[in-house]
Amino acid sequence: MTGVQAAEPDAAEGRDEQEGVSLRFAPLPEHVRTARLVAVALARRAGVEDGLLDEVRLAVGEACSRAVGLHRSAAPGEPVLVRFAPPGERFRVEVADLVTGGPVPKPDEGEGDAGLFEASGVDADMGLAVLRGLVDDLEVETVPAGGVIRMGWPVQHPDYS
Amino acid sequence: MDLYLSTRHEGDRTIVEVGGEIDVYTAPKLREQLVDLVNQGRYHIVVDMEAVDFLDSTGLGVLVGGLKRVRAHDGSLRLVCTQERILKIFRITGLTKVFPIHQSVEEAVSATD
Repeated sequence: MTGVQAAEPDAAEGRDEQEGVSLRFAPLPEHVRTARLVAVALARRAGVEDGLLDEVRLAVGEACSRAVGLHRSAAPGEPVLVRFAPPGERFRVEVADLVTGGPVPKPDEGEGDAGLFEASGVDADMGLAVLRGLVDDLEVETVPAGGVIRMGWPVQHPDYS
Repeated sequence: MDLYLSTRHEGDRTIVEVGGEIDVYTAPKLREQLVDLVNQGRYHIVVDMEAVDFLDSTGLGVLVGGLKRVRAHDGSLRLVCTQERILKIFRITGLTKVFPIHQSVEEAVSATD
């Protein structure tokens, strides 16, 4: 199965016992909620403060929804990949798509269209606008293999609480 | 689906009560309801979001679409929302300036501006 190349594994630093969590899912809207639920569970476990969990939920959801939309238009057979870094200084999430950076055909717009992205251009822009307004630690990158959205949140260390 | 919709009419106003999560998966259901209402000639719609747990940009897009549709018939689309966690996404996108947002259904139904 094709995927996006991951960064160098922690094994190179002798931390191979710490694995992050990855989700790989078909670009179907119903899977976005799963990604949100996993993100919040992991964020809570990592020590992200309660007040930020809604932000994690929304941000990961927006990034995944965007990736799902892009794949449905241009690469419907390819999975979306979400990577949650192992516990560390920050809670980090990456959402990768295989489409950004290449020509993305604009879906048809129409009132009778039962498709998800009726005003797709508006929604895709709004999703990124929400992300940019919401997440301080955000990178939106285009790589040869597609696009990556990287997000991070601070964690509270046990000895600070 | 993780979305609950209930619709009732009060005079020329229609109240759509929404519960659960409005996201990329469930938003089409809300969109369909708003389209149906306009097709039925219901142009003054109040969307009660008090029971909504989650709203993302797809949901916003559906609400914007609904607003455009009713406005084409000189209608109105008002929201009822007091939850800060939901209002946040309206603020981030500037849509608090676009949608009348009310504290209660009663207030929304009786608004005339």
